[in-house]
Amino acid sequence: MGLAIALAALALAVFLSLALGARSIPLADVIGDLFHPDGSQDATIVHELRLPRTLLGLGVGAALGLAGALMQALTRNPLADPGLLGVNAGAAAAVVIAVGLFGIGGLTGYVWFAFAGAGAAAVVVYLLAAAGRGGATPVRLALAGTAVTAALLAVTQAVTLLDREAFETWRFWWVGSLAGRDSETLAQVAPFLIAGALLALALARPLNALALGDDAGRALGAHVGRTRVLGGIAITLLCGAATAAAGPIAFIGLAIPHVARAIVGPDQRWVLAYSLVLAPLLLLVADVLGRLVVSPQELQVGVVTAFVGAPLFIALVRRRRIAQL
Amino acid sequence: MSVEAPRILPGRVVRSPRGRVALRVERRPFVVGCLLVVLVVLLAIVGIATGDYPLSPREVVETLLGGGDPSSAFIVETLRLPRVVCALLVGGALGLAGAIFQSITRNPLGSPEIVGFTWGSAAGAVLVITVIGSSTGAAVSGGAVLGGVLSAVLVVGLAWRHGIQGYRLVLVGIGIGLVTRAFTEYLLTRARVEDAAQAAVWIAGSLNGRGWEQVRPLALALVVLVPLALTLGRTLRALELGDDAARALGARVDSGRLALIGVAVALTAVATAAAGPIAFVALAAPQVARRITRGSGPGLLPSLLMGALLLEASDCAAQRVWPAQQLPVGIVTGAIGGIYLAWLLASEWRGRRSG
Repeated sequence: MGLAIALAALALAVFLSLALGARSIPLADVIGDLFHPDGSQDATIVHELRLPRTLLGLGVGAALGLAGALMQALTRNPLADPGLLGVNAGAAAAVVIAVGLFGIGGLTGYVWFAFAGAGAAAVVVYLLAAAGRGGATPVRLALAGTAVTAALLAVTQAVTLLDREAFETWRFWWVGSLAGRDSETLAQVAPFLIAGALLALALARPLNALALGDDAGRALGAHVGRTRVLGGIAITLLCGAATAAAGPIAFIGLAIPHVARAIVGPDQRWVLAYSLVLAPLLLLVADVLGRLVVSPQELQVGVVTAFVGAPLFIALVRRRRIAQL
Repeated sequence: MSVEAPRILPGRVVRSPRGRVALRVERRPFVVGCLLVVLVVLLAIVGIATGDYPLSPREVVETLLGGGDPSSAFIVETLRLPRVVCALLVGGALGLAGAIFQSITRNPLGSPEIVGFTWGSAAGAVLVITVIGSSTGAAVSGGAVLGGVLSAVLVVGLAWRHGIQGYRLVLVGIGIGLVTRAFTEYLLTRARVEDAAQAAVWIAGSLNGRGWEQVRPLALALVVLVPLALTLGRTLRALELGDDAARALGARVDSGRLALIGVAVALTAVATAAAGPIAFVALAAPQVARRITRGSGPGLLPSLLMGALLLEASDCAAQRVWPAQQLPVGIVTGAIGGIYLAWLLASEWRGRRSG
């Protein structure tokens, strides 16, 4: 029932995303333009600009939401988020290096770098946080993620400051934006997003067992090590592809699983399903907001999600139960 | 970290004649501190001596003492000395601020740039550069100080709940840091490419072209802040024992912590105003200092010296390794930060295995 409402809201967000912007088109016309393109200017805008952008928003949002839910389940940590923990920054730094140093153009070329960067950053952050006594507490994980992000940022800066052209593209891409992506971008990352999403959904059951702790999970028949590795692969695929397409976007992966848990409780199967629907909803709404707030210019979606997500993050931190987990 | 056998407090106690002021001096930190001072001075001389017009160390010392011929006097006093002094002061301030923050948050990664204050400064400065269009040193510095202090007030205000807890401060700071970073990056996309490039160099943290006009306000601020920080060091040491123990020792826990945060934020803000948000000095310096001195407490003075040493060494490297590029020093410290993180990782893992 709840899921049906969420899906309806998502459909509405899709239509709004198709309709609103620097040149707003009435909703009734959007549907007509979508299914019977008549070659008018509005139809071209819907088909060439807003449809790819909206579909990409759906894909990227779903990927970030799923990745956040997976990370929070795997690390049993309420503050895990691909943006906060440096995974997106790893992908971003690898992409900048690929473009700036190796001259690799085209998304099919650098998406592999994005995977490598995302995977490496995730492993390093987790090791940094889990090292020493006490294990990976929320604070340690967040600190390790931020520190690794800072180091990666220095690498990115070094590349971009030496190369004015890389800087020009970097400063628009690094913020996290859906603007100006064509349908080709979507087609190139879609296979990776779908593979990652399927893998994530397949892990729901063992994740439920792992939620009870490693030992209890093992007793319930879950393969702890295999689940971790597969989960890591799914996160890498989802974050790497999403970042390669839209740039690093923070807070979606943090906020959505919490909302999902508040609605359906701790069952990972439902949490993942809700994250899959709610995350693109949030991303599309943020994107539409960004188009309207400073119209006719645009606020990049990464900026909007930061301003929307940060208050939620701080509210989470101020709740004693979570911060002491 | 290994647990050492309990022992009587090490070191000698130095007292003023009537015993009003007493200071415990440990031998190893003292020796290390003296060595660090010598190293800093040597490195500063090397920094002044090398460059496009190399001078001999002897000429440098003579010029600094008031002798030397006019041309070398110009090179030393107008071109190179302010930059070196700036590096030392900024590095020292960052090292000190880092030591205070790491002690308060009880985490080797809890330094001002990680907790988000430097991004507040960056947002303020980039706002001045891109929107107001002013690139004069004073306006940018003012923006940086204002941005840093505002974001710090915001963080402390939001983290306050029956006093300040280290972990809450860290997490709220990271959240605010992400917002200010998103804001800064948004400003960068709005700006003309020349302004954006200039702002990007500033964000990386650079000492290029720093003159006496940057050094003077920084030095004035540090004359006030450094003694203040060192006197608060006692409270910091008590706080490391935990809130209850600190209260039992007579320390004012909440107001003391607030004062310490205030001083550390001010140190970070003035350092950032002078040189931009230089990464990882505040993170690495206190840790390295602590390992070398093997001291038990926060080790404020060694951290200060180590910060100055690290930044001056990084600036020498930035200038000499790629002389043509004028690479910002923040890039070098960023690389050092990466090495530092790897080292922290390795040593923590080793420590875990050995127990």
